Amino acid sequence: MSALVKIADVSKRYAGAQALHPTNLSIERGKTTLLIGPSGCGKSTLLRLIIGLIAPDSGTIAFNNSTITPANIDSLRRRIGYVIQEGGLFPHLTARANVLLMARYLGKSQEEIQSRLVELCELTRFSDTLLSRYPVELSGGQRQRVSLMRALMLSPELLLLDEPLGALDPLVRASLQKDLKEIFARLQQTVLFVTHDLAEAIYFGDEIVLMNEGRIVQKGSIADLREKPAGPFVSEFINAQRGIVLT
Amino acid sequence: MFLTAIASASANPIIIGSKKFTESYVLGEIAERTLNDAGIPAAHRQGMGGTIILWQALRGGQIDVYPEYIGTVTQEILKTNRQLPLNEVGDALAKFGVGITKPLGFNNTYALVMRRSEAKRLGLRTISDLRKHPALKIGLTHEFLDRQDGWRPLRERYGLPQQNVIGIDHALGYAALVNGSIDVKDAYSTDAKIAQNDLITLEDDLGFFPKYEAVFLFRLSMPPDAIAALRRLEATLDEKQMIRLNAEAERTKNYTRAASLYFEDGAGSTNTMGESFPQKLARWTLRHLQLAGFSLLLSVLVGIPLGILASRGGPIGQGILGFASIVQTIPSLALLALLVPLPFFGISLRTAIAALFLYGLLPIVRNTASGLQDIPRSLRESAMALGLSPMTRLWQIYLPMASRSILSGIKTSAVINIGTATLAALIGAGGLGEPILSGLNLNDHVTILEGAIPAALLALLVQWLFDLLDRVLIPKGLRI
Repeated sequence: MSALVKIADVSKRYAGAQALHPTNLSIERGKTTLLIGPSGCGKSTLLRLIIGLIAPDSGTIAFNNSTITPANIDSLRRRIGYVIQEGGLFPHLTARANVLLMARYLGKSQEEIQSRLVELCELTRFSDTLLSRYPVELSGGQRQRVSLMRALMLSPELLLLDEPLGALDPLVRASLQKDLKEIFARLQQTVLFVTHDLAEAIYFGDEIVLMNEGRIVQKGSIADLREKPAGPFVSEFINAQRGIVLT
Repeated sequence: MFLTAIASASANPIIIGSKKFTESYVLGEIAERTLNDAGIPAAHRQGMGGTIILWQALRGGQIDVYPEYIGTVTQEILKTNRQLPLNEVGDALAKFGVGITKPLGFNNTYALVMRRSEAKRLGLRTISDLRKHPALKIGLTHEFLDRQDGWRPLRERYGLPQQNVIGIDHALGYAALVNGSIDVKDAYSTDAKIAQNDLITLEDDLGFFPKYEAVFLFRLSMPPDAIAALRRLEATLDEKQMIRLNAEAERTKNYTRAASLYFEDGAGSTNTMGESFPQKLARWTLRHLQLAGFSLLLSVLVGIPLGILASRGGPIGQGILGFASIVQTIPSLALLALLVPLPFFGISLRTAIAALFLYGLLPIVRNTASGLQDIPRSLRESAMALGLSPMTRLWQIYLPMASRSILSGIKTSAVINIGTATLAALIGAGGLGEPILSGLNLNDHVTILEGAIPAALLALLVQWLFDLLDRVLIPKGLRI
């Protein structure tokens, strides 16, 4: 199986600081890849490079074998879903309007839009009676479900999640983790999931990519990381969260 | 509606202008009446401003006729210190396409006036006598302060020592003179206020002031029958009669009626009273709303795109915000005066609207820019990450999210415009400033309030309407 995303020698500097050293990474189809590491390790930068919010200083990113350029970025973005920690819902639009924004923009038929919406409500366990509410009228968990629906609306080939559950309280978070895992499995979705929480990474991750200081330190299963650490940082990072890992 | 207002104002009728003092108003009314009686449609725009504004308006064709004084023509318009014979003045004006009537019959020269009691106490009779009293406070109209035949050469000629000289509006100056805030002011020798306030005229013992015989200036392109009608006024109005007409005008505040005294055939009856107060109020208010409304519309149409550009920052954004801020710091009166000499503008509605438009710009530009800049980065990026085109992002996401800020900028502009539009009357554009200006000229508080109260109420009403509009235009999700 070929990689859906191929990152080749990509680097990025912000205001003089090296956010990302030249990096190579492939995202395999149908898998959930977890990007993990301490704050400022470059994991969000990597995500933002893929969705084209920032441009790399060097190297190339290919999506489905075509290199991302300013000219094709908008059409590629429509094949990628993107969910951020705060949800990114537009406050002046209802939940429904947020979810349907792109489908309407692309002129999809009314029936197609409606049936997809019903499907998504069922998939994300979101009550359709809440669809006419505005984001401020929804709880944090509900907002993330709407954000996920919006990201999935066009059946994207790739789903990018940037700490999507980071701002939720533990109970809501646990139930969403469970739902998300089911959804990914059901859709055989290719997912790139950024988190700083090792337990979450282990729960989701087919593949864990550990980053530190703008570099990928190790890539593999949790067993690889635990038993064959690539360096002292890997053990240190795992041990720091051992309490959770062992439960 | 607005465009037809401009068109009808500049179309067929002969437009008569007048300067902003009583005598000029009365002469304007006499000219209007004379032309109308001869079957020529004419309209009088009262109190448009000073000499330069009226002269520019005449040359630019915004007006066809206005009353002027020969001394002013030679000194201020032809810029010569010589006393020219009338035919030479006529030849010189003809180069500008302007004609001049023969004198109407009275000489309204400049004069310096004082309280009679004060003059008696100090033993003052002539302008030369002022040399002995350097502490006297002098209040002069701004025009007199700057004129070729005004204060500076007068002071030089007479060697006057007074240092305490202030500029003050003509009508307000009389009040200041009467209550003792100033001791000496400039006046026109036919001012009714001289007798009314028990003032005396200081004799021009060195013969400094030129003759100020009243005439009409007119555009030579005016129809011959209109010129002929105007010329019938030559040598028909002596000083005594002019003082009487001025006194009547100031007593009744009704220039039409004062002017009608001139027409001997008993036309001074009440049927020439003109409009009733509600009619006038309606006319002023309508014009005021046209001025403020149309300029606001322009400010919105130009201000929002500029605000969008400015929100992107960089040198262009800085430049736009800087320009709008600088415009805001120019006093509104000065902005009007700056626009008047420009070819396209002159004395017209256009000028008033252009000035109001420029004033209305900054709040809209600034609020649009800040409203857009305040959108959180995460939401901007979410809009981009969805793959919406830049235009769609702007229209469907950014502008609605900034709508509250943009609308509040528009509201600020609207209220500023309602207030500033009162100044439009200075250049004859009408509106609620008209009674305010007349009231100031006549020092009549009731007339001032006739304009000031409706203008204030209008501002409140506009504020309230915009508050309602907020509920319609700001998306519900932003108001919860």
